[in-house]
Amino acid sequence: MSAQVQVAPDGADSPRGAGSSGVEGERPAHGRVLNVFSHAFLVVWVVMAAGPLLWVVITAFRSSGEILGDPMGFPTSLQWENFTNAWLDANIGKYALNSLIILAGSLTGTMLLGAMAAYVIARFTFPGNRAVFLLFAGGMMFPIILALVPLFTIMDNLSLLDTRPGLIVAYIAYSLPFTTFFLTSFFQTLPSGVQEAAQIDGASHVRTFFQVMLPMAKPGLVSIGIFNFLGQWNQYLLPLLLNNENESSYVLPQGLATLAISQGYGGDWGALFAGLTIAMVPVLVVYIVFQRQVQAGLTAGALK
Amino acid sequence: MRWRRLSLGEQLQFVASVLVPPRFTPERVRYDRRYRTIDKYRFVAWFLLLPLVFYAIFVISPFLQAIWYSFTDWTGGATANFVGLDNYTKLWSDEKFWDSLVTSLTLLVIAPVVTLALGIFFAYMITAGGRHRRNQAISGVVGSSFYKVVYFFPQVLSIAIIAVIWQRVFSSRSGLLNGVLGGVGLEGAEQSWLGGDYKLALGATLVVLSWSFVGFYVVLFSAAMGAIPNDIYEAALLDGAGRATTFFKVTLPLIWDTVRTGWIYMGIQALDAFAVTLIMVPKHALKVTPVYLYNKFQEGQLGYATAIGVVLLVLSMVFSLLVMRVGRRERIEY
Repeated sequence: MSAQVQVAPDGADSPRGAGSSGVEGERPAHGRVLNVFSHAFLVVWVVMAAGPLLWVVITAFRSSGEILGDPMGFPTSLQWENFTNAWLDANIGKYALNSLIILAGSLTGTMLLGAMAAYVIARFTFPGNRAVFLLFAGGMMFPIILALVPLFTIMDNLSLLDTRPGLIVAYIAYSLPFTTFFLTSFFQTLPSGVQEAAQIDGASHVRTFFQVMLPMAKPGLVSIGIFNFLGQWNQYLLPLLLNNENESSYVLPQGLATLAISQGYGGDWGALFAGLTIAMVPVLVVYIVFQRQVQAGLTAGALK
Repeated sequence: MRWRRLSLGEQLQFVASVLVPPRFTPERVRYDRRYRTIDKYRFVAWFLLLPLVFYAIFVISPFLQAIWYSFTDWTGGATANFVGLDNYTKLWSDEKFWDSLVTSLTLLVIAPVVTLALGIFFAYMITAGGRHRRNQAISGVVGSSFYKVVYFFPQVLSIAIIAVIWQRVFSSRSGLLNGVLGGVGLEGAEQSWLGGDYKLALGATLVVLSWSFVGFYVVLFSAAMGAIPNDIYEAALLDGAGRATTFFKVTLPLIWDTVRTGWIYMGIQALDAFAVTLIMVPKHALKVTPVYLYNKFQEGQLGYATAIGVVLLVLSMVFSLLVMRVGRRERIEY
C-alpha cells in the first residue's frame, strides 16, 4: 500500500496532461458546459482555501484602528511595527525559538529511534518480532486524549513536567508508532543482497545500518520526516498539557492561541495578525517548495 | 559444544558479550560458532531498547493507567480508591456530558460526509473534469497541480493557528465573513457567529473542520483516481457512459477502499475537534466531549476525566467497526 502512495501523486496528472492538442471529443456542447462548471467550482474553492489566509496577511499590515473600522480594506500605509510588536512585545520570536529548539531534539530523536526499531523489525527474525510490530501499530489507533491525564502525572513524577526535555520525549514517544510502522514497510521493500554483501565484507550490524541501509531508505525517511516535521511543529495538545506553566516557554501554536485571547483584551489586533502571518508564511513557503514530498508524506498517514 | 559443558567463566563471557559493544567481545566468544547468533540478538536487543522504553513509559503505560483510573475516585494524590462503575453511572446522569456528547456525535456524523463529498467532487473534477481530447478517455483540468497545492494549504498549518484565524474570520465586529456579507449588500445576514448561539457555533465548527481537511482528501483521492488504469475509462467511454455514469460505476467503486479509510480518519478527527472548539468557540456556546474531559481534568476530577476518555475510545472504535462493516464491498483488483 505504501508503494502506491509514493507513486500515485506524480502519476495523477502526468499520463493525461501529456501530448494533447485540446481537440474536442464527440460531445462538445455537453463537455463545454461541464467544463465551465467544473472550473468555476474549482476556482471558488481556491478562494475559500486561500482567501482567509490572504486576508490575514493583508490585515497584518493595517493598524488596529483600521481593522476595527472596516475588516475588508487594504492597508493605507504599511504598518511594519505590527511585526516588531508581535515579534518582541507579544513574544512571537521567543515562541518560535522554543518551537525550533524542541523540534531540533524531537525530530532527530523520532527519526533515529523510529528507523532503528523499524530496521530491526523489518530485517531480522527473532522471537517476539510480530508482537513488537503490533505493539507499535496498535498505538496508532488510540486517541491521545485518553492518555492525557496519566501522562501528566508520569511526567510530573519524572520531574519532566514543564521542561524542554519532557516535551521532546513526549513528541518522540507519540510519533514512534506511525514512524515505525511506516518505515518497517519501507525497509521490507529494500533488496536484501546489499545488506548481506556488507556483512560479508565484514561490516558490523551497526555499521551496515548507518552506512548502507539508512542511505538506501532515504525516500522513505524524507516522507516520514516531513510528516513528523509538520506534526511536531504544529502540535498543540501535548504542549498545552505538558508545557503550560510559564508563558515564556510556550511553543508557537500555544503562544498564538494565548495571544488571541489576550489581544482581545489588549486591543492590539494588528500584532495578532502579524503574529499569525509570521507563524504561517514560512511553513507555507517551505510547503510550496517541497509540495510533492509534503503531499505524499502527509497523505501517507491516511493509508496506514 | 553444548552450553552446559562450558565452564562458568566461559558462560559468563557469553552473557557479557551480549551486553557489551562488539569490539569488547572476548576472544573465546568471537571464534565460537554461535557468535553470529549472539551478534544478531545483541544488535536486535540494543536497537529496540530505547524505542521500546520510551514507548512503554510514555504511551503504553498512560493508556493502561487511564483504563484503570476510570474505575477509581482518583483526584491526583497518591491514593486512588477502586469505586467500580461509579464514574460511569455518574456519567450516565450527567446532563452536561450528554450535551457535549450530542455535539460530538453530530460532528462525527456530518463532518466526514461533507468533507469527503467535497473532496471526492474536487478530486474527480481535477482528474476527469477537463475537456475531451483526442485519444484520451478522460483528462484532467488545466492547472490540476495548482489546485491541489492551494487546496492543501490548511493541512500544513497548525490546527491552533487555524482556530485563531477562523475566530477572527467569524468575529462580529472586525471579521472577514461579516465584512464580505456587508460588502455584497447582505447586511441582513450578518451575525455574531460565535456570540453564544449553539447552532451557529456548531455550523462554524463544521465549516472549520471541513475547510481544513478538504484539501487533504482532494490530494488523497486524486492520487487514488490517478492509479486507475486508463483503459478502464476507455472501455466505459466506448460503451457510451457519460461523466456521471463513469463516476458512479467506475471511479467510485474503484477508489472505495480509500474512501472508507478516509471516512474513518475524518470521523476520528471530528470526534476530537478539541483545539478548534477550545480556541475558537466560547465556552457557553458549545462544548465537545474532549473539551469537557479537559475541563474535568483542570478541576482535578481525574478519575472522572479518564472515564470520559474511555467512552471516547469506545466510541471511536465502534465508529471504525461500523464504517468497516457498512462500507464493506467486494474488493476490486485492477
